[in-house]
Amino acid sequence: MGQVIELRHVDKVYKGPPDVQVLFSVDLAFEEGSFNSIVGESGSGKSTLMNIIGTLDTPTDGEVFIAGQRTRRLGRNRLAELRNRTIGFVFQFHYLLPEFSAIDNVLMPYVIGGKRPSSDVREWADELFDIMGVSAVKRKPASRMSGGQQQRVAIIRSLINKPSIVLADEPTGNLDSVNSAATYERFRDINQRYGTTFVIVTHDRRIAEQTDRIVEIRDGRLVLDINR
Amino acid sequence: MVLPLRIAARFLLSGKAQTLLIVLGISIAVSVQVFVGLLIDSLQEGLIEQTVGNSPQVTIRSSVENVTISRWEPIVSSVDSYNATRYVGVAATSNAFISKSNGSVPVVVRGLDGVAMDSIYGLSRSIYAGDTIASAGEVLIGRILSDNLDVTVGDRLPVTTPAGTRVDYRVAGIFDLGVGAIDGSWVVTNLRTAQSLFGFGDRVTSIEITVDDVFAADALAADVSALLDTDRLEVTNWKEENAQLLNALESQSLSNNIIQAVIILSVAVAIASLLSITVLQKRRQLGILKAMGIKDGSASLIFVYQGLLLGVAASAVGISLGLGLLYAFTQFATPGGESIIDFAVEPAFILRTLIIVISASGIAGLIPASRSLRLNPIDVIREG
Ligand SMILES: Nc1ncnc2c1ncn2[C@@H]1O[C@H](COP(=O)(O)OP(=O)(O)OP(=O)(O)O)[C@@H](O)[C@H]1O
Ligand SMILES: [Mg+2]
Repeated sequence: MGQVIELRHVDKVYKGPPDVQVLFSVDLAFEEGSFNSIVGESGSGKSTLMNIIGTLDTPTDGEVFIAGQRTRRLGRNRLAELRNRTIGFVFQFHYLLPEFSAIDNVLMPYVIGGKRPSSDVREWADELFDIMGVSAVKRKPASRMSGGQQQRVAIIRSLINKPSIVLADEPTGNLDSVNSAATYERFRDINQRYGTTFVIVTHDRRIAEQTDRIVEIRDGRLVLDINR
Repeated sequence: MVLPLRIAARFLLSGKAQTLLIVLGISIAVSVQVFVGLLIDSLQEGLIEQTVGNSPQVTIRSSVENVTISRWEPIVSSVDSYNATRYVGVAATSNAFISKSNGSVPVVVRGLDGVAMDSIYGLSRSIYAGDTIASAGEVLIGRILSDNLDVTVGDRLPVTTPAGTRVDYRVAGIFDLGVGAIDGSWVVTNLRTAQSLFGFGDRVTSIEITVDDVFAADALAADVSALLDTDRLEVTNWKEENAQLLNALESQSLSNNIIQAVIILSVAVAIASLLSITVLQKRRQLGILKAMGIKDGSASLIFVYQGLLLGVAASAVGISLGLGLLYAFTQFATPGGESIIDFAVEPAFILRTLIIVISASGIAGLIPASRSLRLNPIDVIREG
């Protein structure tokens, strides 16, 4: 299988003063259709790494390849297109657009892609609402949903375009353990059904242990890479 | 681009109070613009109508006093052939007086041909007692003169020329043109009557012209001038005779235009500043949208659309409000029982206002749009 994500010698320095180097020569690749987790202490650089993988942030040095494309030379619009088509995001802090209903939020990546939602995609949305147990809030404005509901709707949104990559940064931070476990089962289902590559940041070792591969990062360096 | 429009509408609707307030504010500004604009326009039109409405706007006279024009028919037909010309009439005019028991009253005897009588001065329409002239021995007089002389329809009017000829005419009708100088001094006869009274023969004293566009009167006057022997004939037009009035109107128009420009500018500034705040308020949303792959251009379109939507809403409300104000003004500002102006809506003015307000709003949206263009999603995503 090919590498759908590949980082070569990635450095990240947040320009100061003082300059802070957060990632140190990270070499990391994920196989197409794999199910991975990234663990590490708070402040170790997990979100920074995820943002670089997601082409939202640029490495200070090194190269990032997404779905075989070298991202360094791509312009902002080309990157936006790449993200829209190939990556589903679950952000650590930001969830939904409060002005829109749950379903409108979910369809947003699809509509941004320039198409009117087809009945197929609506059915897919319905199925995901069902799977994630939030069908009841489908038409509710995002501003009037609980944190856990918002997070689950955000997860549905990350899956709507059936992206080849899902990047989820602490996707179950607001969920209880039952819902959290259920969510990972859903991720696993989708991973198996559609061959979607998952990269999930979590601080929960037990969750990480259910993934195929655990990458540990400490102070901006890869310190552990367990394949199972 | 449907999505940016949808997002724009949603953003505006999500801040209802803020949106309502700005729409209200802009509406009031637009309504003042519409009201003042239409009011000044119709006041000016009324004033110009009063000044030149029932009178010739271009006049050809002999350049030497008391000399009449002999071969006037070719001049009339060539003036008539100009596009700008509406009516051409001729008049035989001279001073005379009316003897009374206790002295005499000076009058102006005006022998008018049919065109001058009705199409230029509109005399037949202005007769409020009696009738039009039916025979050579009949005259029309103005309301004020009839009061002064205590003469009414059917009475005899003894007219004496400076040469001493005296003829008695019958008063056929009394007119009211609403112009003191005319209503108080004119004795109107048909052309022949005046010509024979003063011994003019076939000659006339003036050729009188109205034009389609009163403001083009000077251009026509210049054209006509070029055609004539200016040693013997002179051409005057209302604009040179009313230079002061025109000056006043022009400065009024100028101040009107300045008011309009200031209002449009303040509308644009209000929208631009509101939307600039919105860019800050919607930073998170923009960041998320961009992270999900909305392109920078589409994202900035959101703000242009917000400006346009505000402009459409505010100009609709503002124009209605302005027209309402104008209507109320015509109903209630009625000194002496008569409205100062008519409620007349000029569609071109409304359309112009609509276009200007909406495009100013769209342009105002460009400022926040360019600010949103630079927003990088990572700056938002990183924030906790
Ligand atoms: N904009 C920035 N400027 C300077 N330093 C930054 C900036 N953003 C993050 N950092 C630093 O980079 C380091 C890594 O941050 P990052 O958000 O990637 O950590 P993390 O592993 O996701 O932590 P957490 O588990 O708490 O989310 C931290 O020490 C943080 O203080
Ligand atoms: Mg983090």
